[in-house]
Amino acid sequence: MTYPAAFRYTKEHEWVEIKGKQARVGITDHAQAELGDVVFVELPSMGTVVKKGGHLGTVESVKAVSDVFSPLSGKVVAVNDSLESSPEMVNQAPHAEGWIVLLEISDPSEANGLLDAAAYQALIA
Amino acid sequence: MKVLFDHALREGAGGLFPSSDVPARTPSDVLGSDLVRARAPRIPNLCEGDVARHYTALSKLNYGVDDGIYPLGSCTMKYNPKLNEDVTRLPGFVGAHPRADEALSQGTLGLLYELSGLLRGISGMAAVTLQPVAGAHGELTGMFLFKRYFEERGEPGRTRVLLPDSAHGTNPASAAMAGFSVTEIRSNDRGTVDLDALRAELDSTVAGIMLTVPNTLGIFEENILEVTRAVHDAGGLCYFDGANLNSFIGRARPGDMGADVFHFNLHKTLSTPHGGGGPGAGAVAVSQPLVDYLPVPWIEKMGETIRLDWDHPKSIGSVHSFYGNFLVAVRAYAYLLQLGDAGLRAVSENAVLNANYLQERLKKTYPLPYDRLCKHEFVLSGEGLPNHISTLDIAKRLIDYGVHPPTIYFPLIVHEALMIEPTETEGRESLDRFAEILEAIAVEARERPELLHDAPTRAPVRRLDQTQAARNPILTYPFDKS
Repeated sequence: MTYPAAFRYTKEHEWVEIKGKQARVGITDHAQAELGDVVFVELPSMGTVVKKGGHLGTVESVKAVSDVFSPLSGKVVAVNDSLESSPEMVNQAPHAEGWIVLLEISDPSEANGLLDAAAYQALIA
Repeated sequence: MKVLFDHALREGAGGLFPSSDVPARTPSDVLGSDLVRARAPRIPNLCEGDVARHYTALSKLNYGVDDGIYPLGSCTMKYNPKLNEDVTRLPGFVGAHPRADEALSQGTLGLLYELSGLLRGISGMAAVTLQPVAGAHGELTGMFLFKRYFEERGEPGRTRVLLPDSAHGTNPASAAMAGFSVTEIRSNDRGTVDLDALRAELDSTVAGIMLTVPNTLGIFEENILEVTRAVHDAGGLCYFDGANLNSFIGRARPGDMGADVFHFNLHKTLSTPHGGGGPGAGAVAVSQPLVDYLPVPWIEKMGETIRLDWDHPKSIGSVHSFYGNFLVAVRAYAYLLQLGDAGLRAVSENAVLNANYLQERLKKTYPLPYDRLCKHEFVLSGEGLPNHISTLDIAKRLIDYGVHPPTIYFPLIVHEALMIEPTETEGRESLDRFAEILEAIAVEARERPELLHDAPTRAPVRRLDQTQAARNPILTYPFDKS
């Protein structure tokens, strides 16, 4: 699995794809491999306002229940509700169809503190 | 494996009832027709013998502490003396009724009073409640006590509870259920609380800390006094999860280490058959500043009479109907009287000796990420075995050898964790056999990995699909499948 160069990453193993004011968020391939088979994803409500590092949902696998932390501050403008019936998408396509939420970000400068693909891969190596 | 519904439904089987000697009334006469179902419920129509055979067959598939070693980390699955069971069957206890008059209940109340006193002595704390019926229930009770304490002191802003990442998984859940938010404190490379990380979080929003003592790595907090002092200096309280008390009972007391709340798992440490949902007992001991808030009723001695005293207006109220799981208290009391001081010290000595014996032997075969003297349990890693063998495969292969697997994938701070608690009641022969099996499995992992990938092959059922079971649980019987 490759780590897209256009994404930014957190030490808590989320990825974020920033396009203008919007940011799509999911968990990384490394995170899904560590968790094992995902059996349930708890999604935030639409309109939820989160701070960077705040709680953005929960991913439950056969091994563990893990929080998803928001890489950036913003408001939830879309959630991937197909995960309610197909949580396995987080395992099968963590960087694509397995995305979790779409944020409207409030402070684009926060992105400067995130890791690029090379730095993230060094972290998990 | 058959369930009751799978047995042939026999016309006319089941119970034979005598003819009624009172005028018959239909259910709709009594309840009104709108409350009566139109179709009879589909319940299995089996005779007594069928039911007895069904459950006897199931019981033969079971594995318990009376079969062999049961090294389920943090669960203390030790052998429970049968004398405990004899005592619970004494007619005075069997016939006791919770609504009986106090004057007729002096024996049962007296036992609870004396057990409370023994637990006060063991914990070194000021007072004890026996009401909570599980370890996590004790935790929740403790968190309510924290909350009431800060309400009474006029400090409602203390809303955070600190939790080391090596704590029992129920601790953060209990804190959250009581309305606190949880802040995780990382462990240092010795597997204990990182004091700098702790101090960085301590401020006037912190209600306290929940420590698992020893923690889920089986390691005792060597800086326990610094930890509790730092929390107290910041105005917080200290909760000790006592599920692992078998590692220090009779040798050290939470009250001397700065605990404000300590819960006992009577069913683990003081021996009641447990697992599968209870019944348990999570007695809670508290320090002097929290005594007034303990659940009512209190069990108090007035002259020669033991009474249930409800008159404690600052109490958090009752946390269970009547007085908890009484017969678990009976077993705990019987166990304490059987062992006495010297016996309890032998419990902790053997719990620690057994765990270290196994740890020293098995660390030659499996990685031991936190390699130091342990208490009652230790955590190996199944990482690094060839042929894509995981900890899950090792656990399933143990079933083929007729042994209950240890706790796996917990604590989360060890990759591919195998959390092993041999308990104090295993002898050397049993420990050696368990070690030999784990060593044989490591050889199989290299030479015959299919034995692990396919395991279990000798159990009543093969590898179950745990992912499908979690994603699409089938919780009803499919009557119309045929």
